[in-house]
Amino acid sequence: MTDAAPSLAALLSAREVVVYCGSGGVGKTSVAAASALTAAARLGGKVLVLTIDPARRLADALGLEAFGNVARRVPLDVYAELGVEPRGELWAAMLDTKRSWDELVLRHAPDEATAYRILDNRMYHNVTSRFVQSHDYIAMERLYEIHASGEYDLIVIDTPPTRNAIDFLEAPARMAEFFGGRLLRWITMPYRIGGGRGGRMFNAASRPFYQMADRVLGSQFLQDIAEFFLNFQSMYGGFVERAQSVEQLLHDRRTTFAVVTTLEGAPLREAETFCRELATRGFDLGALVLNKVLPDYLLSPDGDQAADVIGRDHDTLASELAKADGEPDGALSDTKSTARVLRTLADSFHNYEVVARREAELRTELSRLAPPGPEVVVSVPAFDADIADVRGLARIGEVLFAHGASVVPGAGAGADTIPP
Amino acid sequence: MGPAPALLDRRLLFFTGKGGVGKSTVTAATALLAAEHGKRVLLVEVDAKNNLTALFEHAPVGFEPRQVHPGIYAMQMDTEASLREYLKVQAKVPVFGRIGPMARAFDFVATAAPGVKEILTVGKVCWELRESLAGRADWDLIVVDAAATGHVISQLDAPGAIQELVQVGPIRNQTGWMVDLLSDPSLTALNVVTSPEEMPVNETIELVATARQELDVPLGVVIVNRVLPELFTHADEVVFDALREPGPEEILHERAGPGATAVLDAARLAVSMRRSRSVHLARLREEVDLPLLLLPYLFVRDHGLRVTRMVAEALGQELL
Repeated sequence: MTDAAPSLAALLSAREVVVYCGSGGVGKTSVAAASALTAAARLGGKVLVLTIDPARRLADALGLEAFGNVARRVPLDVYAELGVEPRGELWAAMLDTKRSWDELVLRHAPDEATAYRILDNRMYHNVTSRFVQSHDYIAMERLYEIHASGEYDLIVIDTPPTRNAIDFLEAPARMAEFFGGRLLRWITMPYRIGGGRGGRMFNAASRPFYQMADRVLGSQFLQDIAEFFLNFQSMYGGFVERAQSVEQLLHDRRTTFAVVTTLEGAPLREAETFCRELATRGFDLGALVLNKVLPDYLLSPDGDQAADVIGRDHDTLASELAKADGEPDGALSDTKSTARVLRTLADSFHNYEVVARREAELRTELSRLAPPGPEVVVSVPAFDADIADVRGLARIGEVLFAHGASVVPGAGAGADTIPP
Repeated sequence: MGPAPALLDRRLLFFTGKGGVGKSTVTAATALLAAEHGKRVLLVEVDAKNNLTALFEHAPVGFEPRQVHPGIYAMQMDTEASLREYLKVQAKVPVFGRIGPMARAFDFVATAAPGVKEILTVGKVCWELRESLAGRADWDLIVVDAAATGHVISQLDAPGAIQELVQVGPIRNQTGWMVDLLSDPSLTALNVVTSPEEMPVNETIELVATARQELDVPLGVVIVNRVLPELFTHADEVVFDALREPGPEEILHERAGPGATAVLDAARLAVSMRRSRSVHLARLREEVDLPLLLLPYLFVRDHGLRVTRMVAEALGQELL
């Protein structure tokens, strides 16, 4: 790509949209917020973080709680608290799915009466909250809207937790397919031709379906659904065009994806699948962030050996430490306690060493990712405290921006490496 | 009267939880524990991830229950198969093979119509329970790896929701008995799996409150997974701090080599991770008045049956 060593900083300054994704519980929201916080501070410009479901303290910290769907500038106090003078502005918005859908309906319905017929239908909430990955779609739709406003230099978006990380990539296409689909016409046809209650007319293909559906659902229920879809269909043109624009933005070179994962079996497998799917579909995989990684020293042979010695010789070590300390009432005067603590130290090291090994093995598996792979790979350490405040975010941001980092074989040297 | 032993004496256990907390592992471990106590268990996977049987070192299964371990039969929920079974067994509509070209149309309507997919999921589970109670099926216990916290309410509330929405029709008549089974505390419990971290604890607190308000399904226990061990007592911590002073650390270096620092650092990391998590555990204790079962973090390399066994053992200790 560029001549410079790949780094997240370079990536963020070259793109306009960064979409963070990954499975639940990996710290996606924090990593996204940290990138935006640090990008605004160091790269400058107007940066927006669009977040889905932030932890309460994080929302508080960014001043999000009260604002919901509307983007607000994050107060400068946040940076003052960090002792940083930001070069740019940080803005934040939270996605309000329900309100976003309502706005969409109001925009695309042919007239207000139809819009309210849709909004008031008891099927509406259900369809918008569950149908064709509607959370995913609405997140992408909002992203498009904000991007099109041209107000921001960089938009960092956090994606909703999905059962399947690929879902939201397909959301715009599926939305278009849904509205343009023959299926919708096929289902609503008897109601369009026959009109009201009892006047349904079937063709040969749809008759068995209706017989079955009536049997299961009752015909009134089915009619309610059909009526709702008939109204919904009036938004067809606007919706399809819009979904196509959203899709285009996601494929644009100004947009990149960053996959976040921990080094645990299930999230990592999901991340791998996601990286592959992005490549297959021609999306740009900008970065892979390995989050909450245990420190390297847990893998050092020296540490392992020291833990062995301390575990084995805890009694003699305890006596020696007491003697050296010399104080009869000192903290190390009770050799029994000291010996116990030493044994615990050794056991605990070995315990965490096992987990660190497991992580290292999984990291090795990552290097089997087929090229092109991510441009940048960054590891964020497991911090000893919670991350859900601004200080925590700043720590993550520092690591994210620290080096040019790459791990994928052939993608150039970097600070972070996956063991061969 | 521990509510815990009573847990395995119920007949239908749902497990929910935020993604990433180990919900499937705990569900599988519960099945294993029950099987070890001589129960014949039906283990139901609801999400299409199909990874539950791997916890028994077994290949994926389908809608038809297959034995994956002595005493444990697993099945993968499939709403289309559930519909076909419903049509055949209850509505007496024979459907041969796939529902065919109608499948997509039905899928479409089922996704849009409130509660249809859920009712086919919960309905199948309730059906198995009803058959067992009537002596036509022999499950002593049905264990369900249910939807994640965000979706479980609508899943379990489906029979009630359908009753409200569908004014007439066969489905309405079918939901009454389901509601009865689901709301019977001697038969059914909804359990929440969590971990002592901020978001999982938040979601657990919210879910318990919402479930109380909106669901008739009785709540069982909250299982806190991956609880880190307390390394030191208060007195021991003073000793630990003293060991990190320059003098003692130098002695450790001399005797145990340069890796001694890593050993001390690792313990410091472990202590502070435990500390930050214990805040969330305390919050959970304070805000949720259900029995909490604590499962230790497992410092092991592999997954699969060995881990399922370890979790089952820990669960057994908490239950007895």
